[in-house]
Amino acid sequence: MSAPRVARGRLIRVVLMASCFLLVAGCATVSDNSMQLSADSLQLRQLQTRRIEGIDEKTLLAACVGVLQDLGFNIDESESRLGVIVASKNRSAVDVGDAVGGMVVDSLVNAALDAMFSALFGDNFDEGDDEDEDGVEAVYDVTQKIRASIVTRPALDSSGQPRMDAQVLRITIQRLVWDSEGKISHAESIEDPKVYQKFFDRLSKSIFLELQAN
Amino acid sequence: MRVRYRLLVIIGAGLMFGCVSSIDQVMKTDQSAVQLRSYQERAFDTADKERTLRSVIATLQDLSFVLDKADLDLGVVSATKLSGYQLRVTVTVRPRGSSQMLVRANAQQGEMTVEDPKPYQDFFAALEKSMFLTAHEVD
Repeated sequence: MSAPRVARGRLIRVVLMASCFLLVAGCATVSDNSMQLSADSLQLRQLQTRRIEGIDEKTLLAACVGVLQDLGFNIDESESRLGVIVASKNRSAVDVGDAVGGMVVDSLVNAALDAMFSALFGDNFDEGDDEDEDGVEAVYDVTQKIRASIVTRPALDSSGQPRMDAQVLRITIQRLVWDSEGKISHAESIEDPKVYQKFFDRLSKSIFLELQAN
Repeated sequence: MRVRYRLLVIIGAGLMFGCVSSIDQVMKTDQSAVQLRSYQERAFDTADKERTLRSVIATLQDLSFVLDKADLDLGVVSATKLSGYQLRVTVTVRPRGSSQMLVRANAQQGEMTVEDPKPYQDFFAALEKSMFLTAHEVD
């Protein structure tokens, strides 16, 4: 008699603690560290930044627009006097030919795993119950919006003065992914080095073409 | 057992309605309009608007933001951070007297203003490093 009571008491305590945790965490709007430099921010900066010699800022920005167009981005906003270009594209989240191919493959694998799990759970729940044939429906990523901002600034010479013929460029990319229920399934910064490496490879070709055209 | 069951129901109701009251609190701007500025605004000892804006932009990139808009004439930069949450920030830069620039940041998540001072303090701390200048509190 007393053993089940102890177990029930423990269960209730766990539920209470979980509830209190939800009360505290559920209402938090922004994580406290949202504006804090993270431990890997320096590493990310290196990943996203290149110093480019032998080009002025305006020509570099033009070359960047060319690369973004090559990649199927549309330009949303630009302020060349601040070295800023903002671009975005909407793509299927299940398109392997996409520029962010690696991640798309991941989401495909996840979708497949999700489908497997829901099939498993479906089987468990359906035991001896004909009415609930469908079980849990698989939710998979359907569409994504990829956003990129490119910022250039003149590199500084040894005396700290801005140089006309050398620039520092940084690109940051993020994406929003919607699943088959129309809900946002991912809202994330893209931190895969391969994505940035690909961009800079394309940029160096575009710069070459831009400089030849001038 | 019955009492405990009721207790659970009450806690469940609290979970559902608890967040509504915190939204109400966020929308209460009357008492804190001045206070809000006190942590959203800082002055820097430079007259260089472009340099200040470029530092703001570099700082936002350091903090994993992607820019939405930038305007040198208006001195406005907007950016969004996606990290599980969606955080949008607008930073304005305008002259204060002849030797200072006034930087104000306001952030929102979804449709709620961020009124917690800490993210703003963190932002200005990062901006100070990028500017190589001290952020002065504004009266």
